[in-house]
Amino acid sequence: MSEAQVLLEVKDLKKHFPIHRGVFKKVVGHVKAVDGVSFRLRAGETLGLVGESGCGKTTVGRMIMGAYRPTSGNVWFQPPNGQPRIDLADIRPKQMKPLRRHIQMVFQDPFASLNPRMTVRQILAEPLVVNKVAKGRELEARVRELVELVGLKLIHLNRYPHAFSGGQRQRISIARAMALYPCVIVADEPTSALDVSVQAQIVNLSLEIQDKIGVAYLFISHDLGLVRHFSKKIVLMYVGRVVEYAPAEPLFARPRHPYTEALMSNVPSTRPEMVGHKIILEGDPADPINPPSGCPFHPRCLYAEEMCATVEPPLMEVEPEHLVACHFADVLNLTGCDALGCAV
Amino acid sequence: MVPTLEVQNLRVHFMLDEGVVRAVDGVTFSVRDGKTLGIVGESGSGKSVIGQSILRIVPPPGRIVEGKILLRMENEDGTKGRLDLAQLDPNSRQARSIRGRDVAMIFQEPMNSFSPLHTVGNQIIEALRLHSDVSKNEARNRAIEMLGKVGIPRPEHRIEAYPHQLSGGMRQRAMIAMALVCNPRVLIADEPTTALDVTIQAQIVELLKQLQEEFGMAILFISHNLGVVAEISHDVLVVYFGRVMEQAPVDVLFREPLHPYTRALLKSVPGIDTPVRSKLATIDGTIPEPSELIPGCPFFGRCDQCGGDSVCQDTPYVLTKVAENHSVACPLVCVAG
Ligand SMILES: Nc1ncnc2c1ncn2[C@@H]1O[C@H](COP(=O)(O)OP(=O)(O)OP(=O)(O)O)[C@@H](O)[C@H]1O
Ligand SMILES: Nc1ncnc2c1ncn2[C@@H]1O[C@H](COP(=O)(O)OP(=O)(O)OP(=O)(O)O)[C@@H](O)[C@H]1O
Ligand SMILES: [Mg+2]
Ligand SMILES: [Mg+2]
Repeated sequence: MSEAQVLLEVKDLKKHFPIHRGVFKKVVGHVKAVDGVSFRLRAGETLGLVGESGCGKTTVGRMIMGAYRPTSGNVWFQPPNGQPRIDLADIRPKQMKPLRRHIQMVFQDPFASLNPRMTVRQILAEPLVVNKVAKGRELEARVRELVELVGLKLIHLNRYPHAFSGGQRQRISIARAMALYPCVIVADEPTSALDVSVQAQIVNLSLEIQDKIGVAYLFISHDLGLVRHFSKKIVLMYVGRVVEYAPAEPLFARPRHPYTEALMSNVPSTRPEMVGHKIILEGDPADPINPPSGCPFHPRCLYAEEMCATVEPPLMEVEPEHLVACHFADVLNLTGCDALGCAV
Repeated sequence: MVPTLEVQNLRVHFMLDEGVVRAVDGVTFSVRDGKTLGIVGESGSGKSVIGQSILRIVPPPGRIVEGKILLRMENEDGTKGRLDLAQLDPNSRQARSIRGRDVAMIFQEPMNSFSPLHTVGNQIIEALRLHSDVSKNEARNRAIEMLGKVGIPRPEHRIEAYPHQLSGGMRQRAMIAMALVCNPRVLIADEPTTALDVTIQAQIVELLKQLQEEFGMAILFISHNLGVVAEISHDVLVVYFGRVMEQAPVDVLFREPLHPYTRALLKSVPGIDTPVRSKLATIDGTIPEPSELIPGCPFFGRCDQCGGDSVCQDTPYVLTKVAENHSVACPLVCVAG
């Protein structure tokens, strides 16, 4: 079976935010938010992006969206009409405009991302009108279809965002992202504000849409149960870098990076009998202003040896398609995840 | 012992043009010192409004129309009493001094609870100085210490950051630090760990447990994440349509839930045994419009157990005690069963 086309190829992507101090706003350092990230997203696939809070996931998403200009690296995007691929990292805003409709984002914070002065109808119609996709009766029909798609009701169309609960607002932003049937959706914690039943609906809906129109998701999430359910491959980041990149199944069965093992051990579960030993990460979370030398995870790693503090491990293939940045990936026998979610 | 906080038959309604939204419609519960009550339920079921009512910050046109919110008080002369927060003028000095000092809330929307114009540090320092008599320097040190405790790297630098310069999870942790810095007796945590990765989540849960042990704080823990609720709570309240559907000790609720609504919620989360990409179990339909008047079971019509049973539609809502600390509001369980 031939593999699907690569829609997005992120290559050695970096984003360093300058830190200013004093009256003259002198640059005194940089937040190395993203510091060399590479991955590929294929048409119709889901790639999970997981990692510690503050490790740079949203920043990666924003660079793909063209909202932040990368410090270096490439974001190769393959437009759907067979044109040659384009580097979004090196593109003028004017060139970006027509590409926008192909890449949409669903944000982590549904409160900040909806215009409070627009009704739900206006919010959903806007992308369709701006991109001249529909008008008049057809527009209204599309808007109604979208509202129902995400489990809201027609009477909600005339309300403003503030009159909705957190979960309802997130459904609105998901409907807005789906409006143009984009080929890539960067979903930044799309369901973390949702209750579990709506989450299940949105997950089913997203999978259905994916099967139907082949949209690819870059799925940023802290919920490993959902990531496993959704993703074909998973990227694990730690302070701006990729520490493990692998297909879902072998990753959950046998993680190769100690950070992945720590994450998996901490998944909360309603089944106490399934919860094994939690690996408490000692020490401070890594600081992107001044990341540790060598392997960035070494100060908190249970298995670190001397060389880890000095030599940065390269990302190596330990099994087909399973990449790990750990000096001891081959010798460690790490534990996967047995305790995801619930079962009743 | 008298519970730290006791809510009795609370009703909070929003008077909208389209009708009365009964966001909270007769909710009763209590929490004791050192205990955590988890609150779960679908979006729009009234969880946040319960929290807002206790702090007396329900936005207009919302109003507490009935009920008591009794906070146990230790007066300066050593006498004890209970203050009904529902009777308090929300703008009074007393109300303001209770907010933040006695009762603190971690808000669901981190972006809205920090002003974008001031550094995170200054806002925490301000909150602390409002409620306790500490010098600026002392307040600053306390703020840094607290930011460190919630897992923010190099807090002495981050204290200078503006909210937009922090990642989603860091903002959330900063907000947790702000709520905890005054050592409240009651903490209302509304989705406190949603934007956090599981290791930090575990760390926050540990921190809350530890503070609880040390200071006997009572916690209301609102969350969609059933796993976290299972790990932190002593008891769990399941709300739906502004009403309590089930309340039970945590192990009972997750092992032997009685209400079909509780069971349906638990089933919709993918577990390790759920086949990848399979359709997840959902609950048919949506929560009814809160302006609807429903005399019987509000879950009627979505419930996979009652099959249109008229007992469900006709029996007035009532929460029935089925065992020690375990109450259920299901006509099938309580009336028919
Ligand atoms: N506009 C900005 N200016 C300065 N620093 C920033 C900016 N945006 C993000 N950062 C910093 O970059 C780092 C990565 O942030 P990012 O939001 O990408 O993290 P994240 O992985 O999405 O975290 P979370 O899971 O908490 O959302 C953080 O240290 C953050 O403080
Ligand atoms: N300011 C408001 N004006 C009008 N209605 C409101 C307002 N705030 C809340 N409501 C309504 O009250 C009900 C309960 O809302 P609440 O925010 O408490 O839900 P929730 O359980 O916290 O949901 P979520 O899990 O999505 O946060 C909802 O029907 C909501 O639409
Ligand atoms: Mg983020
Ligand atoms: Mg809420």
